[in-house]
Amino acid sequence: MQVITREQLIEKAVSLLAANTVSCVLGWSRGEFDYDVSPAVFRSEEEVRRNFVWNDFCGANMSKYLISKASGVDGKILVFLKPCDTYSFNQLLTEHKFDREKVYVVAVPCDGMADFRLIKKVCGEGIISIDSEDAILKVKTLYSDSPISVPLTDVLAERCKNCKSKKHVAYDELLGEDGNVLESGRFDEVKKLEAMTAEERFEFWQNELSRCIRCNACRDVCPACTCEKCVFNNPSSGVENKAAANSFEEKLFHIIRAFHVAGRCTDCGECSRVCPQNIPLHLLNRKFIKDINEFYGEYQAGEEIGLRAPLTDYTTEDIEPCEIFHRRDTDA
Amino acid sequence: MRKCSLSEINSVFAEISKSMTLYLPVDGSDGSSAFSQWTEGVKWSESLNTTKSPKDFFFPQTEDLMAFKTSGKNIELTDIRKESEDFVVFGVRACDVRSFDILDRVFLSEPCDSYYATRREHSVIISVACSHPSETCFCTSFGISPENPDGDISAWKTDTEVYFSPNTEKGALLMDKLSSVTEECSDEAVVKQKEEISKICSRLPNSKVDTNTFGGGKTAELFDSPLWDKLSEACLGCGTCTFVCPTCQCYDIKDFNTGNGVIRYRCWDSCMYSEFTKMAHGNNRLTQKERFRQRFMHKLVYFPENNDGIFGCVGCGRCLAKCPISMNIVKVMKKFGGEKSEK
Repeated sequence: MQVITREQLIEKAVSLLAANTVSCVLGWSRGEFDYDVSPAVFRSEEEVRRNFVWNDFCGANMSKYLISKASGVDGKILVFLKPCDTYSFNQLLTEHKFDREKVYVVAVPCDGMADFRLIKKVCGEGIISIDSEDAILKVKTLYSDSPISVPLTDVLAERCKNCKSKKHVAYDELLGEDGNVLESGRFDEVKKLEAMTAEERFEFWQNELSRCIRCNACRDVCPACTCEKCVFNNPSSGVENKAAANSFEEKLFHIIRAFHVAGRCTDCGECSRVCPQNIPLHLLNRKFIKDINEFYGEYQAGEEIGLRAPLTDYTTEDIEPCEIFHRRDTDA
Repeated sequence: MRKCSLSEINSVFAEISKSMTLYLPVDGSDGSSAFSQWTEGVKWSESLNTTKSPKDFFFPQTEDLMAFKTSGKNIELTDIRKESEDFVVFGVRACDVRSFDILDRVFLSEPCDSYYATRREHSVIISVACSHPSETCFCTSFGISPENPDGDISAWKTDTEVYFSPNTEKGALLMDKLSSVTEECSDEAVVKQKEEISKICSRLPNSKVDTNTFGGGKTAELFDSPLWDKLSEACLGCGTCTFVCPTCQCYDIKDFNTGNGVIRYRCWDSCMYSEFTKMAHGNNRLTQKERFRQRFMHKLVYFPENNDGIFGCVGCGRCLAKCPISMNIVKVMKKFGGEKSEK
């Protein structure tokens, strides 16, 4: 259950629509079940009241949609952003991907979102409803006579268990109280990978990435992947998205993508959320973030608009490349 | 009808494996399941559906078709197909079995796809009834009975037993080979399970999904509907729905320069991708709305129009479970059917 209720968000949206502050609303729309929420643009009070939803399954990061949805809008578009979404928002503005003047941001505190895959692990198939109260999910299924109680903390998405910040770094208006940047364990898994031998690490990624089906969902949802024409969509590039010629190519795609978003990835975790094969893609990005922090000093992409990322900036204090090679040799 | 105790099911797998390669759903390290080869020690997954459908067995995601070599003005063609051997796919659900019929209509109609046909001929399908359908299931909307799956052999799994009943000559031949590890039995437990499954099906939230607003001849009525704008507005344009779908059958054929000749390969394609069916003049679907519409019109209008009214969807629910934005064929059908999506 979220601190701010669905009703509060609906009233906020309705009043901003009524005052003509905004002409439409970018938010989450209810699905067939309680968990299959879709991003949507709401254009009237009636639409908002009927279909707008705010619950423990509103994980989708709305920031990237602003690239396509803010441009054609008459007036402004209202967007509700969770703390982690606001980092993507700033990063996109840093890259001039949409017009800030076209957007009205309402910041929404977030208690963490549930990972539906984890709920299914606990409750099994046949989930017909999920009610949430005081951080407990009551899950009704076709196969249990009474609802199964699951604490939200047990089924939090990985990115929320390791939430990096409850603080909103961008908004026009804040609902409730803002939080703080958190100490998180988000690099723990990366450290485990670093501690492996090169062979073990190769085997780990081989096992994970061999499941990739090249659906490109990770790329298409990624707020840092905003090229108008991706090289993997270019038939003349020879590395088109459709098929991996061999097991090396699967890895190539993800490694190239991780390099390409390095320094711009805010660690929003959308890539791992959408992966149909449950590949922990965020670990590749976190390795880059951790390295950047160690080599150039703490850096959080999207913390402020216009930040110069260490990899695209030059200072005389920059680490010497030879030092990086030295570390690589000593760290295996 | 024959049965074996669930605790002894590995002896059935071992017996099959003596003469044929056996594939079955196996749990992976990430908790989801995939079809894998059975060897001693491999455990049959309890999952309802594999993430990827078993269409890979007949229509693999990528396959090499032939090789070329040029010297001067001569082109040397090599058929690089490997010898096909008989194989068994065990644990296929009713929806996925039906998907093979849909793929057959595409690949076995003239001109017959010999790559696909060879693999179909060499396969034996053992289906398994769904004792615990998921909320995402809607196969009954397409006339599929999860309690009565087709296939060369149908199987039913209870808490203690697995029951088998052959449907085809191929299935009967395989059942004969399994006579030492199975025993003749009555169908009492199976009849009971079928009744239970039917009861559950009537309670499935998507059991009321109706196909009657779709079908052949509906192109003019549905193509320009304003509903497509709203339905497609959040679509990311990724290929998840098409790549987990058991009936999506579009592919691309390309030549790959190996540096030492050319290999012509085929791979799955997705109508969701911006370069899908790109031609010399460019692309005929320029927006994601058009691509999105193509996928559903193909399954719900064009396919039945060309295939005796058979829909190109089997209601397996994979796209419901996997779409990153939770937009799927059920939502599309309900929107067009006028059924309110609110509870």
